[in-house]
Amino acid sequence: MDFRFTEEQDMMADVVRGLLADHCQPADLRRLMASNEARDSARWAHIVELGLGGILVPEDKGGLGLAPVDFVQLAEAAGYAALPEPLVENAGVALPLLAALVPADHPVLTRALAGEITVALAHPANPMVADADSAGAILTVAGDTVHLTTPEAAGLVHQPSSDPFRRLHTLANVAGETLATGAQPALDAAFDRGALFAAAQMVGIAQRCVDLAVDYAKERQQFGKPIGSYQAIKHHLATCQVKIEFARPVLYAAAADLPNGDLHSRARISQAKLAATEAADLATRTAIQVHGAMGYSWEVDVHFFLKRAVALASWWGDAALHRDRVAARVMTQPLGPEFTFARES
Amino acid sequence: MKLDYTDEQNAFRMDVRDWMQANVPAAPLVSFDHSREGFEAHRDWERTLNEGRWGMVTWPEAYGGRGLDLVTWLIFEEEYYRAEAPLRVNQNGIFLLGPTLMEYGSDEQKARFLPAMASGEEIWAQAWSEPQAGSDLAAVRATARRDGDDYVLSGHKIWSSRAVFADMAFGLFRTDPDSERHKGLSLIFFPLDAPGVKVQPIAQIDGETGFAEIFLEDVRVPAFNRLGDEGQGWSICMATAGFERGLMLRSPARFQVAAKKLVELYQANEARLPAATRDAVLQAWMEAEAYALSIYRTASRLVAGGQIGSEASINKIFWSEMDIAMHRTALAILGARAELTRDAPEAAGVGRWLDGFFFSLAGPIYAGSNEIQRNIIAERMLGLPRR
Repeated sequence: MDFRFTEEQDMMADVVRGLLADHCQPADLRRLMASNEARDSARWAHIVELGLGGILVPEDKGGLGLAPVDFVQLAEAAGYAALPEPLVENAGVALPLLAALVPADHPVLTRALAGEITVALAHPANPMVADADSAGAILTVAGDTVHLTTPEAAGLVHQPSSDPFRRLHTLANVAGETLATGAQPALDAAFDRGALFAAAQMVGIAQRCVDLAVDYAKERQQFGKPIGSYQAIKHHLATCQVKIEFARPVLYAAAADLPNGDLHSRARISQAKLAATEAADLATRTAIQVHGAMGYSWEVDVHFFLKRAVALASWWGDAALHRDRVAARVMTQPLGPEFTFARES
Repeated sequence: MKLDYTDEQNAFRMDVRDWMQANVPAAPLVSFDHSREGFEAHRDWERTLNEGRWGMVTWPEAYGGRGLDLVTWLIFEEEYYRAEAPLRVNQNGIFLLGPTLMEYGSDEQKARFLPAMASGEEIWAQAWSEPQAGSDLAAVRATARRDGDDYVLSGHKIWSSRAVFADMAFGLFRTDPDSERHKGLSLIFFPLDAPGVKVQPIAQIDGETGFAEIFLEDVRVPAFNRLGDEGQGWSICMATAGFERGLMLRSPARFQVAAKKLVELYQANEARLPAATRDAVLQAWMEAEAYALSIYRTASRLVAGGQIGSEASINKIFWSEMDIAMHRTALAILGARAELTRDAPEAAGVGRWLDGFFFSLAGPIYAGSNEIQRNIIAERMLGLPRR
């Protein structure tokens, strides 16, 4: 029993956090928004250079062969930065799915692992497809069959999001080259990764909102003192931090357990998604409140995180769906303290 | 990250389970806050635990422990609550003072106090708060005047858990009469039957007398009873509070067993309950699990040499609020029968939820109110200005 990240995992997270601190500040986001581009190509090039595309792809398929627990802190960092580029959906969800369905020398997989293209995923759990316009290939799903298509062939219909960095589309034409049939287990695993890493991003968003609000509360003076010296402000922010601190261990346990692929691990992932959603919901709203009227302005950066949190709350399954997955474990499996780390036997 | 028990840990769990099965009293004991009889029954249970060397598994073998790490302690606690073993009457001693004594006590003090604590021969009460020193604990006025090899204690302590029937108390006293606030305080032990000590029970909202006022009038104790240096009382106290809020006061297993019972209560009444009740029950289970995972994470860190920090305050807020929510859900499921006492003929199946609900309301107050904990989080963790 050791509930700690390894030094390597922490180091990799530090590298990504550092890169995003350098290249993905709110000022960078605003610049990207003004440019009307899908991606900041310089930032994306830095991310590609880290070689993270294949992080969850098995080594025999050309990847790094690492596990969700190696990626979870990276997804958290992406949330903390409100990263526009599809690091999480590409490397965390779509590429491991593609790798599970095709041989190592499939050209789409090799090009994606080389960082030449990204792959978007039209998973039935989501009504829209994220980042389809900038992708080199799109995976579509019909029943348990996965098809491969392109943005050009798919007939993309833009579905503008309130989050200026979420590029959502629906597809007029989902037909394409059949990659695999009987892919339900791989699609279920992709769903689990999607939900887990959405949760990770929301924990990052929640922490960022607390940090932004703390910075502001230290500076902003009213009645001759920083507003952060008042208990009304302190207690709001402390309550947010408590939510975050108790979402994290659930998130990390869910990441470690995801490969088990059983009723217990699915419930833990759903629990993580629910806890992270709650933390992000509270922290985003609190950050706006702490900023006062400024918090309702376009000028203050909190709204970027608010919009991402609203989106991710129901992306990869809404609260009702995830509560049902928790219920499936709670109402049918043995309960009690000796089953915290249980697996289905 | 490795979220599996070792074979050794699994074997340890089975050892505890077997022992608990053979030794836990079949009928629940009378509450230790209810009567001398109940208190002594719990003292006997402490003796039984100690004879099996299960009293404090994390303590060194020299003091009746097994020298095990915190993760193994969590496993012990899981089996303890699973077996519904009696509550620990000496928790002020074994969970709070014990670890502090091991850190700050002299060898002589450890030899004098720890074995008697482990065996239940001496049950401890806590004597920190005063009528004018609650959340503002540094306003302590009780004094300890040095007189040769003795201290002479005077003052008025209050909200002292277990003090009605306990043998010993550890309290915060001003050893430097000219000092202010958190300076000049010392942590000193005194017997509750010493001449000059008067204990006045305080009835709680549940009718029990779990706490008391202690009046001290020229109570003479040897200077040997001071833990740490003169003037070090505040920092030792805060270290103790860290153990209390942080890890040992409320085992996750306690809430996981409560969540399990809540699910069973829900399932027994499911047909007449709205869907929203299921969600509240699931929330209770998830929070108990989150608390357990968080404590395992902290324990892993401490086993690897880390120190406990602000998570003490974070934990205290979380479990105390979870406890209230869980009991409120149970009362909602019970409906109109929730108010019945256990003696009522219609009370079958009602269990102890109402008592638990009343007790849960004390959670955000004791061991440092949640308002104070939120200040600590905001100032020490988030770095917001003190004033």
